Amino acid sequence: MKLMLSARQWWWLALAAFCWPLLILGVDIANANLGPDPVKAVHIRLGDWSLRLLCLTLTVTPLQTLTQWRGMADFRQLFGLLTWFYASLHVWVYLGVDQGWQWPLIAADMAESRYIWFGLLSYLILLLLALTSSVFAMRLLGRNWKRLHRYIYLAAPVAVLHYIWQLKGNLAVPAVYGLIVGGLLLFRVASWLQGRPKLGQFWPRWAGGRLIQPAKPR
Amino acid sequence: MRTSIPKIPAAEITDEAVFAARRAFLQGAAATAALNVMPIAAAAAALNLVPGAAAAAGGKTIGGELTPTPLRVVENYTNYYEFTFNKEDATRLAQRMVIEPWTVTIGGEAEKTGVFDLADILKNYPGQERIYRFRCVEGWAMVVPWLGFPLADLLKAVRPLSSAKYVRFVTASQPDVMPKLAENKMLHWPYEEGLRMDEAMHPLTILAYGMYGKSLPKQNGAPLRLIVPWKYGFKSIKAIVKIELTREQPETAWNRFAPHEYGFYANVNPNVPHPRWSQSSERVLSGGFFSPRRPTELFNGYAEQVASLYGSMNLRVNF
Ligand code: HEM
Repeated sequence: MKLMLSARQWWWLALAAFCWPLLILGVDIANANLGPDPVKAVHIRLGDWSLRLLCLTLTVTPLQTLTQWRGMADFRQLFGLLTWFYASLHVWVYLGVDQGWQWPLIAADMAESRYIWFGLLSYLILLLLALTSSVFAMRLLGRNWKRLHRYIYLAAPVAVLHYIWQLKGNLAVPAVYGLIVGGLLLFRVASWLQGRPKLGQFWPRWAGGRLIQPAKPR
Repeated sequence: MRTSIPKIPAAEITDEAVFAARRAFLQGAAATAALNVMPIAAAAAALNLVPGAAAAAGGKTIGGELTPTPLRVVENYTNYYEFTFNKEDATRLAQRMVIEPWTVTIGGEAEKTGVFDLADILKNYPGQERIYRFRCVEGWAMVVPWLGFPLADLLKAVRPLSSAKYVRFVTASQPDVMPKLAENKMLHWPYEEGLRMDEAMHPLTILAYGMYGKSLPKQNGAPLRLIVPWKYGFKSIKAIVKIELTREQPETAWNRFAPHEYGFYANVNPNVPHPRWSQSSERVLSGGFFSPRRPTELFNGYAEQVASLYGSMNLRVNF
């Protein structure tokens, strides 16, 4: 078995892999295979994939930190755009299929549903980041680009709240997402702390000493 | 078109036929399976559901203008938290329930309290078909043709005392087959519900033992459940083993779990949102993909019949 794919090939493979769930969803819709409340089933599929992809996007930087492999920015962009793509379909199904573009109903539903406020906030962040994801936007925004894109750390917990807030109380699954997102955020905080000389040596020696290798000068 | 006969008691029109249907139901004691295969046509005929029959008899249809949700949807989408928190798994899990023999304890503030065989209860009350909207607090809705009889008929028969102000209902507790109940998950078990006396006596409030011309599937609340069509679905308690007339407002399962989210009254009301989501619209399940939401109606569309129960009560406070 040869797995010697180039980074570019991996990129295409990842793209194809994450289009797969959409294909399956299409087949299930066509075959009326989504149970008694198909619209809700579609919300769940698309919402779940948005959140999974968002978590995946968030793991890229920590992985990069741990492995010191610098070739992953392309994947971060890909996963981020896929997150936005799935979230867009999720929102579009809500507006167009669930509500059938009935704006008065949409307005009332949005105004009174707190879980949707969180979904909307999360989506607006994803949208903004997607719009500014190109190399061109990166150059244009300069230092601000990084600041702006840190908002992904807000988009993730807010999406988890969006999930939790819609349930009647059985929180097992969203709690798992909460833990994942919480872990990823903690990692970022820890590595940020280590990046500051005074606060360094945060990680015990037996755990490998520093979490990240000697920090770049800031 | 399905029809039914609310004005003229079914017994007066189709005494024998109704009796036949009930007898078929009661024979369930011998063979549950037989119940479930009772042909719809036979049951429908027995209950005078044959198109046009009610009209010919001069009866008026309650809910005849509504189009029932496909049976496969109603049968496969139930909240039955004793078994699972997943609406689509309840169908399979609830089959393990034991529903025979079945007794209903009627107690509390009444003269003729006691433990009654369900079979005896059903013998005494003619079945009627009621096609009702069913609105879940989660925001989905269905239209279901129930078979049942007014709760008021049963309550009157046990002669409530004047001290009876509320009615409390309790669901069966079968820990051997009800995993969530056995593990004490989420709600305080057994499931309890309650109505104010006037709500319980309202002619729209029924005890249902069947739907779609057949006996109730287990996941839909067999063998006997409450249906209060103007309230959110969780009020319509399933698998009733106890009916108690009380002086005080009884505890109810969801209210106990989250008092600020689920009130005692739980009347369907588009103007009173759940704290975390709107109740202004509902997804009417049709089995299809393209059936957008519709606006939710006050009292689930039964305002004309029930609004007077609440007079000038503040429905925001008494949600
Ligand atoms: C304007 C933005 C959004 C709207 C209107 C919206 C709407 C909805 C609706 C209607 C549901 C289904 C609720 C039900 O069970 O009936 C849902 C579920 C969900 N949404 Fe969103 N959403 C939005 C944004 C997002 C975003 C940005 C994400 C993730 C990044 C997300 C993730 C989820 C998840 C994980 C679920 C639950 C899936 C499950 O139950 O397993 N949503 N959303």
